[in-house]
Amino acid sequence: MSELMDLYQEVILDHNKHPRNFGQIEAADHCARGDNPLCGDQLTLYLRMDGDRVAEVRFEGQGCAISTASASILTEVVTGKTLEEVEALFESFHELLTGDPSVVAEVGPELGKLAVFAGVREFPVRVKCATLAWHTLKAAISDGGEAASTE
Amino acid sequence: MPELDEVKQAESASAAEHPFAIEKVRQDFPALSLSVHGKPLVYLDNAASTQKPLSVLDAADRCYREYYSNVHRGVHHLSQKATDAYEEARCKVQGFLGAARSEEIVFVRGATEGINLVASTFGRSRVKAGDEVLITEMEHHSNIVPWQMLCGDVGATLRVAPIDDRGEVILEEYEKLINERTRLVAMVYISNALGTINPVARMIEMAHARDVPVLVDGVQAVPHKAVDVQALNCDFFVFSGHKMFGPTGIGALYGKLDLLTSMPPYQGGGEMIRSVTFAKTDYADPPARFEAGTPNIVGAIAMGAAVDYLQGIGLQAICWYESGLLDYATEVLSAVPGVRLVGTPTHRASVVSFVIDGVHPHDAGTILDREGIAVRAGHHCAQPVMDHFGVPATVRASLALYNTRQEIDRLVSGVAKVKEIFS
Repeated sequence: MSELMDLYQEVILDHNKHPRNFGQIEAADHCARGDNPLCGDQLTLYLRMDGDRVAEVRFEGQGCAISTASASILTEVVTGKTLEEVEALFESFHELLTGDPSVVAEVGPELGKLAVFAGVREFPVRVKCATLAWHTLKAAISDGGEAASTE
Repeated sequence: MPELDEVKQAESASAAEHPFAIEKVRQDFPALSLSVHGKPLVYLDNAASTQKPLSVLDAADRCYREYYSNVHRGVHHLSQKATDAYEEARCKVQGFLGAARSEEIVFVRGATEGINLVASTFGRSRVKAGDEVLITEMEHHSNIVPWQMLCGDVGATLRVAPIDDRGEVILEEYEKLINERTRLVAMVYISNALGTINPVARMIEMAHARDVPVLVDGVQAVPHKAVDVQALNCDFFVFSGHKMFGPTGIGALYGKLDLLTSMPPYQGGGEMIRSVTFAKTDYADPPARFEAGTPNIVGAIAMGAAVDYLQGIGLQAICWYESGLLDYATEVLSAVPGVRLVGTPTHRASVVSFVIDGVHPHDAGTILDREGIAVRAGHHCAQPVMDHFGVPATVRASLALYNTRQEIDRLVSGVAKVKEIFS
């Protein structure tokens, strides 16, 4: 039960119920769709840039609590960051979910809000849910026009 | 003698609950005594794949230890024994499906390969530009995509018979969609996503009235009810071994012999030929024509053991028992506030698909897993069905002959825990 409580932390449940920055950006510079074919999670991410910095991110779609909360928190943490910073953040986040726990302890602090996803590590099949929005963001930035997929 | 009547009624009620010795049956399946996350396993993912009884495990093991060799090739003793066992398995499947002849049974990797085989042999030789193939809205992806590929390649059109909000095919619409351009109807017997039992005999009759042959995807039917392909009068029937207590990688395609005989080969290779020169190859008769290469010998033999196992208990008894269990599951799950069943057809087998208010099925699946309960959370390879009901996914509890009411109660407690976490 405690692992479940680590997974479904209050912050995650709150972002799931009340996702932030939910909706479209009409004047989006970038847009990409992400699918998790295993469970049917789907989201579309809209991105407006200000030079090299992320000016605004919004998303819409439907998914499980983990993927919805992850997308919601993503929109908060990447706003104002440069693409290089976003890339570094995704790497740390991925390390948090899948990497060596001792290394994670070191990268932990700089993750800020993203640290609430530490519990996902105990649920390997849910890592894809937590990273869907991030893969979609990468796809949006590179703008290949192709839907991101966790597969 | 009202008292005697009451006794009789009570007896028949208990027989309906346990028409076979459920505890003994459970002991036949080693996996059922596993613990998951420290809790006794409740396995309710049978529509995805079933657990295996000892007799199936033993059959595979015995073959490898005692009489393993390639089939249909050697004159030596082991090859003869293996060939006999492989062909005996074919006869068991023939009996299991009520087919007229064992030549009508082709061993394939599973239902998916069976459908692809029909699409690429029968389909490619009969379906031309402007023709139509008809399926239903509740098909598994395996009975959609091969037809889509075929139609795309030859310039034919895929038509889809719609379902209603209970999850039943709208028969009038279905019948209207069968026309002079229809070359084949492919339909599921029992829906893996909703549990709907289609009135296939009637639907086959409607297709035959316009001389259209019918393929039945019987994957979810064979572990739950007796099937008789001759009584149904279907032209093709497919199922997978692993969903009826047999091993993975083996299944069967039934086809009426005249149809199989008229069809070109599927894959080329050894086993499927009569004679080969560089100028020309003469193909073997069915079923060998469709079994190129060394087949899944042990898989077929072990699937034969699964047929024996099912017939030993009796499909009638299994059907009776599971129907009581399904009614119970339906009743107790619908009584949980916030739980909505997806698909409420009049005739249903083995599957309860549901959603919980405010909880994505994937989250429910994770929490249930921690309670030791294995269910499927997702679209069940039937995305069009999910689209019809306007849900991205469902939680699916799918039953088999070894499940019990106590396990359903555990599921209901698990659902309560899901609601608690997401309250």
